[in-house]
Amino acid sequence: MASTEIARQAGEGVRAVPLAGHVGFDSMPDQLVNKSVNRGFCFNILCVGETGLGKSTLMDTLFNTKFEGEPTQHNQPGVTLKSNTYELQESNVRLKLTVVNTVGFGDQINKEDSYKSIVEFIDTQFEAYLQEELKIKRTLHSYHDTRIHACLYFIAPTGHSLKSLDLVTMKKLDSKVNIIPIVAKSDAISKSELAKFKIKITSELVSNGVQIYQFPTDDESVAEINSTMNSHLPFAVVGSTEEVKIGNKMVKARQYPWGTVQVENENHCDFVKLREMLIRVNMEDLREQTHTRHYELYRRCKLEEMGFKDTDPDSKPFSLQETYEAKRNEFMGELQKKEEEMRQMFVQRVKEKEAELKEAEKELHEKFDRLKKLHQDEKKKLEEKKKTLDDEVNTFKQKKTAAELLQNQAQQAGGSTTLKRDKERKN
Amino acid sequence: LSSGSEVSLSHSNMSESAKPHHPSPQGKGEKSHGGDFSYVGIDAILEQMRRKAMKQGFELNLMVVGQSGLGKSTLMNTLFKSKVSRNKSVQSNPEERIPKTVEIKSISHDIEEKGVRMKLTVIDTPGFGDQINNENCWQPIMKFINDQYEAYLQEEININRKKRIPDSRVHCCIYFIPPTGHCLRPLDVEFMRRLSKVVNIVPVIAKADTLTLEERDSFKQTIREELRANGIDVYPQKEFDEDAEDRMINDKIREMIPFAVVGSDQEYQVNGKRLLGRKTKWGTIEVENIAHCEFAYLRDLLIRTHMQNIKDITGSIHYETYRVRRLNESNGHLESLLGSLPVKRATVFW
Repeated sequence: MASTEIARQAGEGVRAVPLAGHVGFDSMPDQLVNKSVNRGFCFNILCVGETGLGKSTLMDTLFNTKFEGEPTQHNQPGVTLKSNTYELQESNVRLKLTVVNTVGFGDQINKEDSYKSIVEFIDTQFEAYLQEELKIKRTLHSYHDTRIHACLYFIAPTGHSLKSLDLVTMKKLDSKVNIIPIVAKSDAISKSELAKFKIKITSELVSNGVQIYQFPTDDESVAEINSTMNSHLPFAVVGSTEEVKIGNKMVKARQYPWGTVQVENENHCDFVKLREMLIRVNMEDLREQTHTRHYELYRRCKLEEMGFKDTDPDSKPFSLQETYEAKRNEFMGELQKKEEEMRQMFVQRVKEKEAELKEAEKELHEKFDRLKKLHQDEKKKLEEKKKTLDDEVNTFKQKKTAAELLQNQAQQAGGSTTLKRDKERKN
Repeated sequence: LSSGSEVSLSHSNMSESAKPHHPSPQGKGEKSHGGDFSYVGIDAILEQMRRKAMKQGFELNLMVVGQSGLGKSTLMNTLFKSKVSRNKSVQSNPEERIPKTVEIKSISHDIEEKGVRMKLTVIDTPGFGDQINNENCWQPIMKFINDQYEAYLQEEININRKKRIPDSRVHCCIYFIPPTGHCLRPLDVEFMRRLSKVVNIVPVIAKADTLTLEERDSFKQTIREELRANGIDVYPQKEFDEDAEDRMINDKIREMIPFAVVGSDQEYQVNGKRLLGRKTKWGTIEVENIAHCEFAYLRDLLIRTHMQNIKDITGSIHYETYRVRRLNESNGHLESLLGSLPVKRATVFW
């Protein structure tokens, strides 16, 4: 660096300078938001829970739409994950929402491996992102992010305690995804039982070291509401897309002979709290935590795994370099493929153009032949006409000669007086 | 926040156990009696983003390039209404004034406006174009810019990397053209031709108060033609316009560049108001008056409207170009890049 000097302000601290007037960079948050609005947003929710706990209904209720699907059967051989992507729009915000459902969770007799397909699914999304990030030529800004931002864990409303399946699954998931535990179909439990249930669940989670998602309390504008909500976890929810008339309004509710459970009534259930936390207050934080914590952990482990494939201290592990070389080959391969495609396209176009030109040439020839024929026909007609005319002229000439002959003969016989008279007439 | 907004739905299926689904969109009639309760709150994410941005603050790195005496420091101070750039040459020894080679001097300041915090770094390049022989004077500048890309890349491919990679990449290079009124000099063309490939260049006509309006317009036209003739793409580059709306706005800007600017950190009383200006015997030039000079257009472009876009292009185009080139390089270079990765245990990595 002989020819350059990079001088920095003395010390690490960057000096703060007051501004003497309005500069205008206070528009930066707006500029950033506008860019995001143009690009649209992505949010991916994973619903884990036994069949029949109302996962689909809750999603419908949360997002106020009817998503697709029929209720699943209970005889699935294993746990599969079904994901659907929807495009929602509210005012100028476009959201690509992906809802992933665990089909058949908790239905098997032997549930030891139930959590595996879930973990695999989450890892697959991380892997896809990592691959895109490692690509040589990448398009991160237009990449459709499929990483799971929030995992809603549906707890059956038994009122007793967490099932061992729940504990095991949540323990396996807590380092990979933001877990928000909820008590499903909570209208099955009375209020007092619910309070005890929540306490039991929370203490079991703590004693088993399960890290659930904490609503962030570092930003003062939302710290208060978030910390209050943290104390209400797990949320006891009720979902319903059916509407019932209460007073003079139509509200989402479940109607029983003994009363109506109103979904959006905070005295009846925690649905509003869930919606508030999940969507209206912390959606962005959920996305950020996924990217900066869970994804980074996955990436770190994956890269270290690749780097330490060969643990012999004498040999040199080349795995990371191999990855990049593989990426480079992939990149070159793609380039070649594109080149080949373009060449094919070019050849195709040339062929098409040639065919077009040939076609045009043929047409021209045909036209020429037609015109030529027309011309010949015309010529022939004209020649015939000419011949007819010539014949007429000849006939006329003959007649004229004959007539003159007759006249001469008549004059010679008629004497000179007629001649004189003709002469005078002529003069 | 609005009430009674609609949530409209369209569906695409990415299911692993593929089943054909047919979308059943809710008719508008069914929503109408939803009232307040049909509001989901998706648009609250905008507010969440804003909050996050305010908390994190922003970074901006601007480089100024041009011969000494063209008012680079003054312009920076005028743009940011504070002493963000110090013109050492004015104060120090005349012998020390002009460096023997091109130096790169980077100064950072924290500035704040209406709760929005920004770390502004002004990168000065004293010595550029000041020598008798200016061959290759762009090299140290190119190297600096590439070094910042390199530093970012190194951090990005680390195994253990920071939550927010510090961004020292040059977002915009303001190139100062002396107000000769004729045409670009070979140095201007050479510099801009090379650097427009690695960084966003915003050319400005410096000290434009020496040009009449006609001279200014014809000078600008000549410059634009010369840029075109030499294939130099300055910011905003046509190929990066995102959509028709963008193109329309940027076309207007492209017809006006390079902006003819005048800088000043002195205020004068004009018509009862205190304005930034330059006082001469024949009148006071008001810096922020667009009838006098185009400073306001430059400020609006750089700060008020296109700042985010400038950073985006740096990150998603210029940096990516550098990255592709770097990762495609031969083995030796690749090793040196990856060899800096930290080792968890004591085993030899490379």
